[in-house]
Amino acid sequence: MSNNLVAVAYLVAIVLFILSLGGLSNQESAKRGNVYGIIGMIIALVATALSSQLTAYGLLVVAIVPAVAIGGLVASRVEMTEMPELVAILHSFVGLAAVLVGLASYLGPDPTLVGAEETIHKLEIYIGIFIGALTFTGSVVAFGKLRALISSKPLMLPARHLLNIGLLVGTVILGVAFMGAEGTEGFNYVLGMVALSSVLGIHLVAAIGGADMPVVISMLNSYSGWAAAAAGFMLSNDLLIVTGALVGSSGAILSFIMCKAMNRSFFSVILGGFGQGSGKGGSSKSVEGTVSELDVNGTIELLADAQSVIITPGYGMAVAQAQHAVSEITQLLTKRGVNVRFGIHPVAGRLPGHMNVLLAEANVPYDIVLEMDEINDDFPETDVVLVIGANDTVNPSAMEDPESPIAGMPVLEVWKARNVVVMKRGMSAGYAGVANPLFFKDNTQMLFGDAKANTNAILGRLQESETSAQPKLATA
Amino acid sequence: MTIALDHGAVDQQASQPERSKRIGIPKEVTSGECRVAATPKTAKKLQSLGFDVLIETGAGEQAEFSDQAYRDAGCQVIANAVELWEQTDIILKVEPPAHHPELNCDEAELVHSGQTLISFLWPAQNTDLVKQLAAKQVTALAIDSVPRISRAQKMDALSSMANVAGYRAVIEAANNFGRFFTGQITAAGKVPPAKVLVIGAGVAGLAAVGAAKSLGAIVRAFDTRPVVKEQVESMGAQFLELEFAEDGTGSGGYAKVMSKEFIEAEMALFAEQAKEVDIIITTALIPGKKAPLLVTKDTVELMKPGSVVVDMAAAQGGNCEVSRAGEVYRHHGVTIVGLTDLASRMAGQSSQLYGMNLYHLLNDMGGSEGYTVDFDDEVVRGALVSHEGQVTWPAPNPEKPAPPKAEKITEATDTADAAVDTPKLSLPWKWIGVAFAAMGLIGIGVGAPPSFLSHFTVFILACFVGWQVIWNVSPSLHTPLMSVTNAISGIIIIGGMLQISGQAMSPTVILGAIAIFIGTINIAGGFLVTQRMLKMFRK
Repeated sequence: MSNNLVAVAYLVAIVLFILSLGGLSNQESAKRGNVYGIIGMIIALVATALSSQLTAYGLLVVAIVPAVAIGGLVASRVEMTEMPELVAILHSFVGLAAVLVGLASYLGPDPTLVGAEETIHKLEIYIGIFIGALTFTGSVVAFGKLRALISSKPLMLPARHLLNIGLLVGTVILGVAFMGAEGTEGFNYVLGMVALSSVLGIHLVAAIGGADMPVVISMLNSYSGWAAAAAGFMLSNDLLIVTGALVGSSGAILSFIMCKAMNRSFFSVILGGFGQGSGKGGSSKSVEGTVSELDVNGTIELLADAQSVIITPGYGMAVAQAQHAVSEITQLLTKRGVNVRFGIHPVAGRLPGHMNVLLAEANVPYDIVLEMDEINDDFPETDVVLVIGANDTVNPSAMEDPESPIAGMPVLEVWKARNVVVMKRGMSAGYAGVANPLFFKDNTQMLFGDAKANTNAILGRLQESETSAQPKLATA
Repeated sequence: MTIALDHGAVDQQASQPERSKRIGIPKEVTSGECRVAATPKTAKKLQSLGFDVLIETGAGEQAEFSDQAYRDAGCQVIANAVELWEQTDIILKVEPPAHHPELNCDEAELVHSGQTLISFLWPAQNTDLVKQLAAKQVTALAIDSVPRISRAQKMDALSSMANVAGYRAVIEAANNFGRFFTGQITAAGKVPPAKVLVIGAGVAGLAAVGAAKSLGAIVRAFDTRPVVKEQVESMGAQFLELEFAEDGTGSGGYAKVMSKEFIEAEMALFAEQAKEVDIIITTALIPGKKAPLLVTKDTVELMKPGSVVVDMAAAQGGNCEVSRAGEVYRHHGVTIVGLTDLASRMAGQSSQLYGMNLYHLLNDMGGSEGYTVDFDDEVVRGALVSHEGQVTWPAPNPEKPAPPKAEKITEATDTADAAVDTPKLSLPWKWIGVAFAAMGLIGIGVGAPPSFLSHFTVFILACFVGWQVIWNVSPSLHTPLMSVTNAISGIIIIGGMLQISGQAMSPTVILGAIAIFIGTINIAGGFLVTQRMLKMFRK
């Protein structure tokens, strides 16, 4: 295949990739979009395979076939609650691949490059490897945290900012030495830089707590894109550059959306250490008042009288794996004519859009799953709000208490509803370490215990009453 | 639905310590008072705290609770009032002690030293009574003085009674109004809905708004405190506003006295409304002062014949110039309802609520076994008017005004703005960023070779395309977005593919092959899992 044909194939692949991302603007076109992505990828890979630069087909097959099998196996087995982990580990693969491609590119220099072009090429390699290594170790740590292999608490080293700066300075120094080295003599500098940036990646992510994970993951997503783009520069390959830029900006936008949803700056998130009561004038004012407790029967009674119900799930629902029971409760209530909807906070869960995927998996129709902005105005007309395993995302002090560390964060205004039932294990504060005055509101009642056990109990009672109500309906 | 936690009530019953405290419920002696301080239900609740409950015969009769019902609830019915007062440790009443018509003595003379009396006492108005109780060594708690803090809401009898009265005010209005509240279109023609104006959106006002609304009327409400606007609107009423910036938020959930100009503007508004509305319900009270005059004689005369004015403040001097306390009469074709016993007119309901308030108070004081008058408990301290011979009213540290929510919200937004700026260097940073970007671009323009420039152009344009495309992605699909971007960033294997054709087993080839292997896992895994997820989204 001639180089021009390859270039045209790449162009088609680029267009298909853009269509693939564009397709995600709604659920209907999304599936088609994914198919475009797959076609684009196949075209790109086939074109590359047929290009004059590639002759080692045996090796190619040996590398690709088992990988496809592994990828396919993982993708078909993964639980939806484990999606954050999968995404994190896939990011690490991109990072690692970028490092390897960078190293390989350095070790197999292109002799045609001279002068400024050579300098730029080396710089591209250096930057590409740096971002790749950072993405790799950062994603591995994120994976560990999400899998609970590592404590999800932020790691707070005493001089952590200094450490970060030191690592960056070291990287720059090694970079200068690397640029000065002839041929492949700078390899040791690169390895040194890989070590430094690996430590930086580990440390950056280790300092970030569990609930900031949506930001971290989107940030790593962005990095993996930039790493691919850097690889594209070093290989003078526009397809890689464009794809990397698409992915990079996608991750950047997601990070931005997540940060905005927490009303925090990007830097305050990635520098880590949130929710430790550090500075910020202590953890707001203490909340006074009484908590009223409710049992499953009480919840049923509330639901029985309700015309409209909004369910606001949080990470707790994912942890307890309660989404299936919640979905069935939704179906039963909907059958009774109750208007049941879901309100999803942008940072609920550990991955952007995590709750949506969990609910979709549990067969909740997506048109009743609404975003925070879409549903916030409807709370005053709502009879019952079920808060399942969410805390900071429904904390009224974000709006009412300017002293609060989460002041100004947009939250689901559940307390405006007539009744709020909070399903929670205990009275502990949420991730942000802020007491939640919601629990003390007059219209709030607490249903303590494991979310799965409680939702199952509610479901059981609802089903019982359903079957006992049937004969009545028949006679009526 | 609230499951109140009865602190250890169960063990108390089980172990029966010494003698249980005895609660006495006398029959109310004030004429026209139909309420009673305990219903059979609340009497049962009191027993669950370990108390014995004694009730005077006929005490609940006016509220439709028979002696038998109390007996069934485990109470002891006592025929003689004097005996009841003598035998009990705690007396629960509704009205302050008053002249007993049958015994021809004052109830305040029946109390004995060491006895506790809990009722409405209005200590500010009844200073002599309070002194008398103190002289008799009586522990007296004025339920009307329970501080209005969130913990004490369940003991707030003023609110429970205001709630009942507000509802009843609407019912009285409806009773005296010759038309439907709700609008109807009938075969015989169209009936317009009644228009109701509620002045003062406290507990009573909001209850009135709710009741009038549920009868189908068009409801408007006015209050000097802008804070309550949201509450009024949440009940489906329209909140009338003055073009006048003055916040009337006072302490303890009441409004304060407003400036002269404000009152004039307010009166003008009411006069304007009077021409239009059919029913005016006034609930404006300022603690310790005569009720403010809001509806003048002239305003009443502007109203349509057949209209109704319910003055819920008639007992405190009236919000309406022409209202007469305790009377319903017609003035200029308008029915003026000045009833002062609205809560008592719903004696069954208000007795139940009041009884629960008392139950919560006694629960707070420790029940029968742990019964103490705790000066450190701000609820008890606030209500306590006399103890061990001392007049203890008013309580020290008068409560702070209820935090005006409106201000809070503006503060919150202020700080939100501030929070955006928290990286204090943000503005200079921006400029430094712009300067660096400009320098970088110039540097690239000067020094970079053309091949790099063309790639760079592609890169920047791709960033913009990505930015545009990604903003359109539905937030509910963010997870599939991440997995699909994951898959396509696996395109990096092209880098590996271009490198594996060199000398076999050279480092470049090995590294490239590993990169292909890893990247392919990404591609396959990412696309497949995206496909799996997207399939789950269904309508």
